[in-house]
Amino acid sequence: MITAQGLKKTFRSRRGSVEAVRGVDLSVEAGGIVGFLGPNGAGKTTTLRMLTTLLEPTEGTATVAGFDLRANPVGVRRSIGYVSQAGGSAPEALVGEELEYHARFYGLSRGDARRRSQDLLPQLDLAGLDTRQVKTLSGGQRRRLDIAMGLVHSPGLVFLDEPTTGLDPQSRANMWEHIRRLRNNNGTTVFLTTHYLEEADALCDRIFVIDAGLIVASGTADELKQQVSGDLVQVEVASGTEGDIDKARGIAAGRPGAEQLTVDGAVVSFRVSRGDEAVVGLLRDLDAAGIALSSLQVQRPTLDDVFLALTGHALRDGSE
Amino acid sequence: MNAFRDAGLVFSRAMKISLRNPAWVVIGLLQPILYLALFGPLLQRVASTPGFPPGDAWQVFVPGLLVQLGLFGAAFVGFGLIAEYRSGVIERMRVTPMSRFALLLGRVLRDVVVLVVQALVLVITAVAFGLRAPLDGILIGLLLVGVLGITMASVSYATALVLKSEDAFAPLLNTFMLPVMLLSGIMLPMSLAPGWLYNLSRVNPFSYVVDGARAAFRGDFAAGAFLAGSVVAAVLAVVGVTLGTRVFRRETS
Ligand SMILES: Nc1ncnc2c1ncn2[C@@H]1O[C@H](COP(=O)(O)OP(=O)(O)O)[C@@H](O)[C@H]1O
Ligand SMILES: [Mg+2]
Repeated sequence: MITAQGLKKTFRSRRGSVEAVRGVDLSVEAGGIVGFLGPNGAGKTTTLRMLTTLLEPTEGTATVAGFDLRANPVGVRRSIGYVSQAGGSAPEALVGEELEYHARFYGLSRGDARRRSQDLLPQLDLAGLDTRQVKTLSGGQRRRLDIAMGLVHSPGLVFLDEPTTGLDPQSRANMWEHIRRLRNNNGTTVFLTTHYLEEADALCDRIFVIDAGLIVASGTADELKQQVSGDLVQVEVASGTEGDIDKARGIAAGRPGAEQLTVDGAVVSFRVSRGDEAVVGLLRDLDAAGIALSSLQVQRPTLDDVFLALTGHALRDGSE
Repeated sequence: MNAFRDAGLVFSRAMKISLRNPAWVVIGLLQPILYLALFGPLLQRVASTPGFPPGDAWQVFVPGLLVQLGLFGAAFVGFGLIAEYRSGVIERMRVTPMSRFALLLGRVLRDVVVLVVQALVLVITAVAFGLRAPLDGILIGLLLVGVLGITMASVSYATALVLKSEDAFAPLLNTFMLPVMLLSGIMLPMSLAPGWLYNLSRVNPFSYVVDGARAAFRGDFAAGAFLAGSVVAAVLAVVGVTLGTRVFRRETS
């Protein structure tokens, strides 16, 4: 759906130049939700604006939805939807009117545009708001209108720049549902940017981590987490006796690939790349040794751990 | 995709939004009517001064007001574009396959329609005040306002799109508009001016348009002034639209 090689963008002004994007390579298959995760100022918006023909790359090439960015920008525009970070509806316009005009900008006839927006409005929980002025909408409603406009010509690929930034937790959860539905029911490829780790984790089938204009890692959330540090396995010995704890400790140490073994009171913990697999053998051996457990936990590393390990700084450093 | 279909869509969307908030259309109208009411009577007294051009005071004054409307009515439209840019509307339109020329043309057409309606109301009010002029002259005067509007709106949009900030656009506009107005003979005919001032006004292309419109209101289509005014207005429009299209293509390609 998207391939990009060496995309760069340097903004030059009188006050010097900013290397916003320093060399982005991407390969995105059709289908699924792809996340572009990085802190504010990482170059997410700039990359998206290049991929959507809004900004000419300083260097590099890309093919989007089958069309070359430079050779056929109109082909790209026809095939994609784009919802900018700031949205794009006029405050004085009416909701339905703005949506229908946007559809007609893509070449739909008046009737088709009307039908399409009558389909979309209820899908995005905007039913009955056709004749409301955009400025009277709530933040969440307005964001959903922006999304509806990005989908009005039924594109196979849609770019959403920070679709949930500024929304309250409930509206955010609701927006996630809409984005999932887009993938599940329509088979649309969604390329979204976010600076929320939870969002990338919960929503995206595949993640590109970008920092300071460069892609520093990519993969599924699970792959990224595995790449960096193993799962944390914790068992609590029921009897709490020194002998049992010591035996449990020995058995844990015998797991292939176990690292960072620690004992804290009756709790034995260690890290291992696949905690879910390790725990099967662990339970069997503990059982055979006659050691009963009062609790067992397997914790996956968070994307926070991943980001810190990859970039040397936390995601929220200096942002917000 | 057809550029004119696209321009039609941009036009009708912009028109609907303008009509929903007609305050600024009314304000644009109020100003020339105030001139008519509060400055027109003054001019009647000056009409007997030597050097005052032929025709009665209203025939001299109303064409000037029309040109003023064309100049000022359209010069400020760039502010609207900056607001649209800020709310993300321009960017949203840019990711559609629409013709870039249509993004400009549709908006300019909206402005011209608003302007010509304002001009029409102005002329009708002026008739009530005592203007008497041949119908074809009045119609040609309105046409001139429309052509002037195309020029000014195109240039205003292009400038606004380059500057992208009200704070940069407003001072530029003021610096440009004041001398253009003072040196065009809109308020008082430049034929009353001392020689050096008159010569200076000849550098201002809009002064020819004002003289042309005055000739039209006298029904004097054979006059050199009419021909010169029409040619200058046409040339300005071509230059303005070319410039506007260029900037729009570059900034929105
Ligand atoms: N038009 C521009 N002119 C100059 N610098 C810019 C411009 N747009 C973005 N930048 C800079 O490029 C960097 C990346 O910005 P952006 O792509 O918006 O980041 P993100 O979307 O990840 O927060 C930032 O340092 C930003 O200040
Ligand atoms: Mg951004």
